Amino acid sequence: MSEPIVRIEGLAKRYGPVVAVDEVDLEIERGELFALLGGSGCGKTTLLRMLAGFETPDAGRVLIDGQDMTGVPPHLRPVNMMFQSYALFPHMTVADNVGYGLRREGVARAETDRRVVEALEQVRLADLARRRPSQLSGGQRQRVALARALVKRPKLLLLDEPLAALDRKLREGTRFELVRLQEELGLTFVMVTHDQDEAMSMASRMAVMDAGRIVQVGSPHEVYERPASRFVADFIGIANILPAAEGRWLALRPEKIVLSTARPDTAHAVAGQIIDIAYEGGRSLHRVALDDGSVMMVATANIARTPDGSFRRGETIWLGWAADAGHPLDT
Amino acid sequence: MRAVIALPFVWLGVFFLLPFALVLAIALGTNAPDSVPPVELGFSLKNFTLLFTDDLYLAAWLTSLRIAATSTIVTLLLGYPMAYAIARAAPERRPLLLMLVVLPFWTSFLIRVYAWMGLLDENGLLNQFLRWSGLAANPTTILGTDWAILLGIVYAYLPFMVLPLYATLEKLDTGLLEAAADLGARPIAAFLTITLPLSLPGVVAGCLLVFIPAVGEFVIPDLLGGTQTLMIGKVLWDEFFTNADWPIASAVAICLLVLLVGPIALFQRQQARSLERHR
Repeated sequence: MSEPIVRIEGLAKRYGPVVAVDEVDLEIERGELFALLGGSGCGKTTLLRMLAGFETPDAGRVLIDGQDMTGVPPHLRPVNMMFQSYALFPHMTVADNVGYGLRREGVARAETDRRVVEALEQVRLADLARRRPSQLSGGQRQRVALARALVKRPKLLLLDEPLAALDRKLREGTRFELVRLQEELGLTFVMVTHDQDEAMSMASRMAVMDAGRIVQVGSPHEVYERPASRFVADFIGIANILPAAEGRWLALRPEKIVLSTARPDTAHAVAGQIIDIAYEGGRSLHRVALDDGSVMMVATANIARTPDGSFRRGETIWLGWAADAGHPLDT
Repeated sequence: MRAVIALPFVWLGVFFLLPFALVLAIALGTNAPDSVPPVELGFSLKNFTLLFTDDLYLAAWLTSLRIAATSTIVTLLLGYPMAYAIARAAPERRPLLLMLVVLPFWTSFLIRVYAWMGLLDENGLLNQFLRWSGLAANPTTILGTDWAILLGIVYAYLPFMVLPLYATLEKLDTGLLEAAADLGARPIAAFLTITLPLSLPGVVAGCLLVFIPAVGEFVIPDLLGGTQTLMIGKVLWDEFFTNADWPIASAVAICLLVLLVGPIALFQRQQARSLERHR
């Protein structure tokens, strides 16, 4: 495999007594859509800002395309960022916003105009080139911010919560749009998000962060099916964490469990009583109280349109799962 | 409710429009030194034609505009870095720095101008220092020159420049500067393309707040300036109190007002526009 586009070595940053980023090592491959996922205050944004050069690390270093970025100010780094607030320049038109980076580079006027039109076409905003940011909707502003960051063809595009300011419907469409652009342009995207659905659905690889550290790196599939710790298992999706032998644990996803009225013919089977059902349209989540007092979450897919065959609250049922349905955890 | 809305209009009517009408009436009358008041009402434009034909008035206008414009530029050049530094200071230090800017207002304006006389006098502190330090054996006296007027106006009006500039610079989103740097702008380019254009409303407000009163300034040129410096505020005073020529003095006052309405209207339009833009 070729040299990674980003190599982060022992990177650390603290604000007074608060450790924001704690000795992080990470490699991001060329052409990836990489997601940094974590709750608020986990250090993901600080890590992204150190890539852009807005924060100075206390220790460690960042290499971008093999070059040490220590001491390199933001305006000289081969990266561009799409800000969470978009940070569009209110006194400039859409076209002037997008062309700003090219003008700073001293790109010729005609060339700038051509590339601005091209970038605006990529985000389908060519008609609005002469508008001001204040005359645009939230989704349009997001696309201007994207075009402005893309137009310089950075080695690395950083996206800080790119979809957080959009409403839900728009967010889903924009996910596909971002992935399409990333694949078409062949750029490397690094995205910070607190939304696990966003990270899972878009990223080719992701890092889960907690308290300034990276707790797991892998593809969304790996992180979901083979979480590295109880924290990851619990943070990503829903997990039933069951005690296993020798102080170990088992992470069992709700959809890996089968509900039935009779004792199932699976490796594991326990009886319980449904205490709650959350209907979510495509699936239903059941909270089941077991005889030993613990509670497990079980998901069923709502395949049929009629409610026949679904379970009722208070019903006594059996839970069954295969021997390899759960993932063993050490911590 | 209606009374509350009407109050400012009544106030303006009684304390601005009515006096303005009186001044206008006097300006259209003729001088009558022997009557009380020394005016004979009428409808004559000769006071105004005199203002535009007599070199004395034209020279006074030009001097006023020149001194006001120069001091506005100097206050802007001094005030912008000050406002910028305060706006970028740690949030907990800003109130203290702002208080230092407005601190001179706690002392009477007149006393502060008198203090400058003491500093700039032939044997004032400045010249004493220059002689003592050996920088100049026979320093010239600043008091009584245009330089003293300029110094006085810059000193007195600096807070009026700093405060509106601070207000716009303080609310400037620093994220925009990060975005500019991210797109390859060096700090100086980011300042010229982002900070400066976005602080323009503050620049315009500060310049007008300094320029408008500086044009008609009377106390500073009277106390710090020399006899040869004629500013329009001083001419007005002389016409009114020394020559007791009320109609000419009134005509000067009317012209001053008309001259300053232009910039004020410009200011208001600019404010309305920036309000609209930042909705």
